[in-house]
Amino acid sequence: MAIHSREARHGASAKSALRPPALRLEGVRKSYGHVLAVAGVDLTVQEGEFFTLLGPSGSGKTTLLRLIAGFERPDAGTIELAGRDVTSTPPHLRQTNTVFQDYALFPHMTVADNIGYGLRIKGIPKAEREERVQTALSMVRLAGLDKRKPNQLSGGQRQRVALARAVVNEPEVLLLDEPLGALDLKLRQEMQLELKRIQQKVGITFVYVTHDQEEALTMSDRMAVMADGKIEQIGPPVEVYERPATEFVAGFIGISNVLERNGIRFVVRPEKLHMLEEGQEPRSGMTVESGIVEQVVYVGMSTRYIVRLDRGEQLVAVRQNMDAPGQALRYEGRRVRLAWVPGHTYVLDHQRARGESALSEHDTEER
Amino acid sequence: MAVEAAGRPRKKSGAASLQSWLWRRRWLSSALLLTPPLGWFLLIYIASLALLLVTAFWQINFFTTQIEQVWNLDNFRTIVSDPTYRIIIGRTVALAAVVTITDAVIAFPFAYYMARVASRRIQTLLFAAVLLPLWASYIARIYSWILILNHSGVLNWSLQSLNLPPADIGYTNVAMWIVFSYIWLPFMIIPTYAAMERLPESLMEAAADLGARRWRAVRDVVLPLALPGVVAGSIFTFSLTLGDYITPILVGGESSGWRSLGLGTGSTFIGNVVYSNVGIANNVPFAAALTMIPVAIMTLYLLGAKRLGAFEAL
Repeated sequence: MAIHSREARHGASAKSALRPPALRLEGVRKSYGHVLAVAGVDLTVQEGEFFTLLGPSGSGKTTLLRLIAGFERPDAGTIELAGRDVTSTPPHLRQTNTVFQDYALFPHMTVADNIGYGLRIKGIPKAEREERVQTALSMVRLAGLDKRKPNQLSGGQRQRVALARAVVNEPEVLLLDEPLGALDLKLRQEMQLELKRIQQKVGITFVYVTHDQEEALTMSDRMAVMADGKIEQIGPPVEVYERPATEFVAGFIGISNVLERNGIRFVVRPEKLHMLEEGQEPRSGMTVESGIVEQVVYVGMSTRYIVRLDRGEQLVAVRQNMDAPGQALRYEGRRVRLAWVPGHTYVLDHQRARGESALSEHDTEER
Repeated sequence: MAVEAAGRPRKKSGAASLQSWLWRRRWLSSALLLTPPLGWFLLIYIASLALLLVTAFWQINFFTTQIEQVWNLDNFRTIVSDPTYRIIIGRTVALAAVVTITDAVIAFPFAYYMARVASRRIQTLLFAAVLLPLWASYIARIYSWILILNHSGVLNWSLQSLNLPPADIGYTNVAMWIVFSYIWLPFMIIPTYAAMERLPESLMEAAADLGARRWRAVRDVVLPLALPGVVAGSIFTFSLTLGDYITPILVGGESSGWRSLGLGTGSTFIGNVVYSNVGIANNVPFAAALTMIPVAIMTLYLLGAKRLGAFEAL
């Protein structure tokens, strides 16, 4: 789907299985003084993929991105772009472009000059440069704003200019460092779809850093969840969400309901829990446990019920607000039963728990 | 304690009621705050400048050497019509320009290194090195340059030991150029440094990311964005050179050939003329009129600087 424009640039050759991946990291480590920011990361990103690095602040995801861009040099490990080892290549010679968190637009240049800067350095003739800048501008829906200066643009518009400035160079890999972090919720959701649309249109490989799990789930083809400089799990959003490999992943993505029964620890997602009122019977095959609703949290579209089980653990159940307004709140303090299908729970497997092992397993799955 | 606290809201203490009285009259507290600096500014600065301007339109009685409060334009007429003064003004402006350019050329890479390359520790050390000379006496620093530049000074002695001919630049325009450039350099470095320090690192990274080598990124990004800082620094270097009279007296002198820096053989600058008219000739009205020249030049200069955004960089 997204591949054809990319192939057009690389000649007519079909995408072969032998083609090297867009990005490959092997054993990449980086520390600042005593702080280990990236603690041995292996990672393969295929061409045309929208790949997300998800993690809390301090998990090493931004450092990893900066290592790929070349702003930092790894202490160990190799970085390959399209099969070429670029570990010691300076950033200006790498076929990557970055969308910075603060956009880093040149304040003294117009929008058009900002976008055309990379092409100007490459020595692209003026006529072609202007044409490509215009194409990039209309791609991010900013046609007509080319004469403006960055400080005459809104946050969302600046974000688009930053994106256009990077994409126009047709990099091997486009790196995005929390590009939507400074935007308000509404604009952010709009831009999420926009980014995905653009990525599919140009077919460039995206490596996207975010701490926002919803963003990661919405946009990614595959995502890596990072913690403490390591990758906890790599996989498509559905897999990572539905089958979290570790307790950390389960907790970071969505609300974690971790239970331990008969020595097995497992996760039940809040939306998989049925809250039964008195007289309601569970469907056959469901596991049922009873408890008391401790707190009801109204979140607009849905309501979260925080239930203390009689066996001591706390679970969160989510229900859509389909009843009359305000009905949800009357549940506070009530005794309820929570039921779930055992097949919808996921056992936390400690063998798969830490970074590298989980990774190699998934990599073999890929191939 | 508890009882007291409970009774408090009803009965305000004196200090609290004064505070809330002032708080309701914001203008009064700002007025109180502004009175001393504004008074100083008006009285000492504006008033003396106004007096200077007024004096420029008076004249002196050459027999009694008393100032006569007779309004006329003779002083200005003399300055404009007498080629000597035109040459002096031109020479002074040219020297100020050369000094400013020299300082900008030296300060830019220095400030760049300080702001963007050096570690925190080196940065602090360099900052101290830049500011340290400002704590020493201006006269002492000029004299130390005399010791370096004069005929039997350190420079010629060093050249001699290398079997090179002596430079003999003491008491010439070249000496003035060197000394002025040295003395005003900190005033150029600091605003340039401040302007560069403010640039986010991500701008340089973005330039590199888009394919620019370091020097190219400096030219395309740092230079234009730090330019207001350089212009701000040039306000100091230019105006200070324009008004100085001590350096020309101490290190200047009749100079010829390359040692004149192309500014002519004379060694008189606006500052010297003002100085001799106040002291020796005792023609204060003429000195005041001549002083108006640098004031006018600086006014034009500041207007230009404002357009280049230098005041945002200060």
